[in-house]
Amino acid sequence: MPELFHRKLERTAIGFTLAIIAAASVGGIVEIAPLFTIDETVEEAPDLRLYTPLELAGRNIYVREGCYACHSQMIRTLRDEVERYGPYSLAVESKYDHPMLWGSKRTGPDLARVGGKYSDFWHVAHLTNPRDVVPESNMPAYRFLARATLDTSDLGVHLEAQRAVGVPYTDEMVENASRDAFGQATPDTEPASGVVERYGEATQVSAFDGVTTRVTEMDALVAYLQVLGRLTGAAFENTAASEETPDPQQ
Amino acid sequence: MEEVEERDPVSGHLTTGHEWNGIKELDTPVPRGVLMFLIVTHVFALLWWFLMPTWPLGTTYTRGLLGTDQWQTVERNLVEAAAERSAWVKAIETGSFDEIRANEPLMRVVQGTGRQLFGDNCAACHGTDGKGGSNYPDLTDDDWLWAGGPEGIAETMRIGINSPHPESRVAQMPAFGRDDMLDRAQVSSVASYVFSLSNPDYSTARNVEAIAAGREVFMTTCAACHKEDARGDPEVGAPNLTDPYWVYGGDLQTIVSTVHGGRSGHMPTWDERLTAAEIKILALYVDSMSAGNP
Repeated sequence: MPELFHRKLERTAIGFTLAIIAAASVGGIVEIAPLFTIDETVEEAPDLRLYTPLELAGRNIYVREGCYACHSQMIRTLRDEVERYGPYSLAVESKYDHPMLWGSKRTGPDLARVGGKYSDFWHVAHLTNPRDVVPESNMPAYRFLARATLDTSDLGVHLEAQRAVGVPYTDEMVENASRDAFGQATPDTEPASGVVERYGEATQVSAFDGVTTRVTEMDALVAYLQVLGRLTGAAFENTAASEETPDPQQ
Repeated sequence: MEEVEERDPVSGHLTTGHEWNGIKELDTPVPRGVLMFLIVTHVFALLWWFLMPTWPLGTTYTRGLLGTDQWQTVERNLVEAAAERSAWVKAIETGSFDEIRANEPLMRVVQGTGRQLFGDNCAACHGTDGKGGSNYPDLTDDDWLWAGGPEGIAETMRIGINSPHPESRVAQMPAFGRDDMLDRAQVSSVASYVFSLSNPDYSTARNVEAIAAGREVFMTTCAACHKEDARGDPEVGAPNLTDPYWVYGGDLQTIVSTVHGGRSGHMPTWDERLTAAEIKILALYVDSMSAGNP
């Protein structure tokens, strides 16, 4: 009987193709599909902030320039990584990353917690010519970013696209996207207070590239780099135990 | 169904009964080695199901008998690592800087760990050798913008300069030219005066007038922070302008642009990123870089 079944299946092209697809998807069904229902997959982070339009634009530049090919954005659950880069990455930290940029290759260092580690000024100098600040660096120079005016006109559409895949941007955010992108790069202006109002007190408003008269791609990329690892404090709460020094007498 | 019990006369194997142009397919059994491998891997998988987290159960999953959890594993490794270091970490946390410096074996740890921490955190701006560069202060000289010594360095690391830390040190060189506090001639003359302080050769008969005019401007505008003797004030982070150490450059042109456009350096706060002991180690390490240098 089984022999007969196989003989029959083998001779039905479409039936056999479907059977192959069914067999090949077992791995995915077992390993991936349940993650959508298991509670623990994505941690809770009530303080999770959204990317501002400027940061999202910077993220797009990060993708466009292929930064992910050399820089990962995921600190693994290994002692040496945690000691070097900080608390290991949590899934919830990438909740609003579409697509995620975890990466798997590190020609350069991991960037998951680079936000706030260096000054804006340093990032601009480093992107302009990495060798100026890190003589042994083999990273390409991205000095053209400072000359390229950021196209902010379509940021509302980008926000809408993110919303379509589950990022809770409000209508007001979508409407003001271009204005907010400008405001975040021009401190002490009215648009600047608007972006803080919409995206929270922790939003970093700064003249990222040092020039407030126009918003460049450099502004956007530095704004994005400076927010990496700082959208939520969840990862820091998770590993608080390791920060305490045990008493040697005990 | 056709008869398949047919043996190949040459190899002695059974045939499958399929025939193409007189050639019959042998029904060769799966090699024993491969079969064994398949069985072993299946048994292994079966064991794995019970030992490790495997099967999804709706909103949860089977945890496995070993209770393996990567989060707990790394936490345990970190706690173990901290325990290994705890003897000297405790000594660094509780000891004063003088006590630590007097303790030679401890200072060897400080040098080794300090070098690593410096490379990971500080070298990006100050260079692996700590000599800084354009826009970033040289840490190997004994000239400090803010308080020097391990205490002062540790405090600067903790709160940063112009950083988001609530207690941050704040220092700004205003843009005297750009913001119209000084006119062009005043900017140029005060720059000449400042330049002459560290370059006595510059005070020639040709420049003496500009220098004197610059001195006037300096006394009314700059002396509040840089002091009348131009030796600066570490209380407000105003640099000494009479020595040969410059953060942004000490040539006349750079001084003019500093007076014109202002400066505002930025040292990040390391309060959240580094532990108190790590900050102390780095403070001692950085302090030792300048030891013996003028």
